[in-house]
Amino acid sequence: MTEIKKIATRDAYGKALAELAKENSNIFVMDADLSQSTKSVEFAKVCPERFVNAGIAEGNMIGVAAGLAAMGKTVFASSFAVFVTGRAFEQIRNSVCYPRLNVKVAGSHSGITVGEDGGTHQAIADISLMRSLPNMTVLVPADATATRWMVREAAAYDGPVYLRLGRLAAPVLYADNHEFKWGKGEIVRMGKDIVVFACGLMVSIALEAAELLAAEGISVAVADIHTIKPLDTDFILEMTERCGAAISLEEHNIIGGLGSAIAETLAGNSAAPFMRCGVEDKFGQSGSPEALLKHYGLDAETTAMKIKQVLARK
Amino acid sequence: MMKFANADEFALHMRREIIKMLAASGSGHPGGSLSATDIIAVLFHDEMNIDPQDPHKPDRDRFVLSKGHAAPALYAALALLDFFPIEELSQLRKLGSHLQGHPDMHKTPGVDMSTGSLGQGISTACGMALAAKKDGLHNTIYALLGDGETEEGEVWEAAMFAAHYQLDNLIAFLDHNHLQIDGNPKDVLSPEPLNEKWRAFGWKVIEIDGHDTEQIKAAIKEAKEEQGRPVMIIAETVKGKGVSFMENQAGWHGMAPNAEQAEQAISELFWQGE
Repeated sequence: MTEIKKIATRDAYGKALAELAKENSNIFVMDADLSQSTKSVEFAKVCPERFVNAGIAEGNMIGVAAGLAAMGKTVFASSFAVFVTGRAFEQIRNSVCYPRLNVKVAGSHSGITVGEDGGTHQAIADISLMRSLPNMTVLVPADATATRWMVREAAAYDGPVYLRLGRLAAPVLYADNHEFKWGKGEIVRMGKDIVVFACGLMVSIALEAAELLAAEGISVAVADIHTIKPLDTDFILEMTERCGAAISLEEHNIIGGLGSAIAETLAGNSAAPFMRCGVEDKFGQSGSPEALLKHYGLDAETTAMKIKQVLARK
Repeated sequence: MMKFANADEFALHMRREIIKMLAASGSGHPGGSLSATDIIAVLFHDEMNIDPQDPHKPDRDRFVLSKGHAAPALYAALALLDFFPIEELSQLRKLGSHLQGHPDMHKTPGVDMSTGSLGQGISTACGMALAAKKDGLHNTIYALLGDGETEEGEVWEAAMFAAHYQLDNLIAFLDHNHLQIDGNPKDVLSPEPLNEKWRAFGWKVIEIDGHDTEQIKAAIKEAKEEQGRPVMIIAETVKGKGVSFMENQAGWHGMAPNAEQAEQAISELFWQGE
């Protein structure tokens, strides 16, 4: 078996922005003193005149982004997911989403795989915060290919977008020429016994779990829900009904994120057994990304075990 | 369109419309609307490059009402300039009205930015000023803040930003009316000394009487000549200015006059000419 290529979605973000810098003179990129980490620095290198560092002041950064957008600019505002969606939440609410301005909020270092920096820096509520805002679109790329596509689509779309990015190198799942569809779930592995709805890095973990279970004769479908809002509710219902059981898998609190969005869809519409898998309403802590995934039950082995628990309820 | 002798007469009509619309809506913020009236009157009647027939023209001056609760003052100015029919002012804060409790850039013609959450407007004005500079526009971005509003940390993030990026096309006013909802800012959480703070943050500061239209005009002229840094015009004002029983009363921050009070207020607001 050939080695799978791994690229962090934040790296793909920086690269995609740098690419767009040459194509689209209307794009501005902002950061809050973390451009080396969010990789927005890649844009700054090729287009310093349209890169704006707001310093360690996320609230003002989002306000400035809204003002730039009100003048017709397309703005990507980047920082760690914890800070940009948390500290600047109300600026995103009132200065971006309420007036539906063309600002793309990019939160890198999402989830627990931030690793050693610990619980203060690991965003586990960002999807929840962002998807609760009217006018907001929420995108979570599973790999570098999806990230590039999302950056380009977000730039072409007129309105607020939240883009959730990761620090850890993630396996490249999609071919360069893969055709994604905005707002549509994506089947990455066919299966018939149960479907795993995953997002971000967890799509890869779900694929590993599916492989483990295949050896035991269990057929697991894996779906990449890259657009969490607007959610592809038809797809989710159809896949759940077809397989007769489902789990959600996310590097996020099980309260308010992808799992909650799916539960909202299934409630009253499907009687199939369903389990939300993710961070179980706890803060993270320091550790290696791999150790943290195992500790919080987001590794392939634990996921496989949970899948079997749900299958037992069928 | 109605014609006005000068900004003072325009301001008087604004005050009458503010009282009328607040009485019609039964809620809203008279105190901070009346303290900001003369500043908004000078900007909209005398200074700003805006066109009611073409409210979105790209090179227009922009106005961000960072103290969004003074929306009635902004709406009065826009209606008197025919951005929309003046009769619509009576629909303030009513369901389905384009006149929201706080300014909405998509609903009301002539409103450049949605505001209302204090501290955020000045940041958006910074973004507008930066975009205008990058585009080589020669317009001016105006912002109006309250004194209580400067208790918000975001205001000082924006202050640093504007100075760092040398936004000399940004002219901000501080409506220094010495009252916020819970009392005098000095007693609630003192933001003083405001002049020294803005200077220390790298802004040129001009201090004026915010009800003297000649001083307001002179300050804007001086501010426009400034190069390399933003300008803060600290305007000493009286909350509730023009209505005797509302002046300097914190209670009139967010309470609308009833019909009788409105009638009395209007009777105090008549044009005596020059």
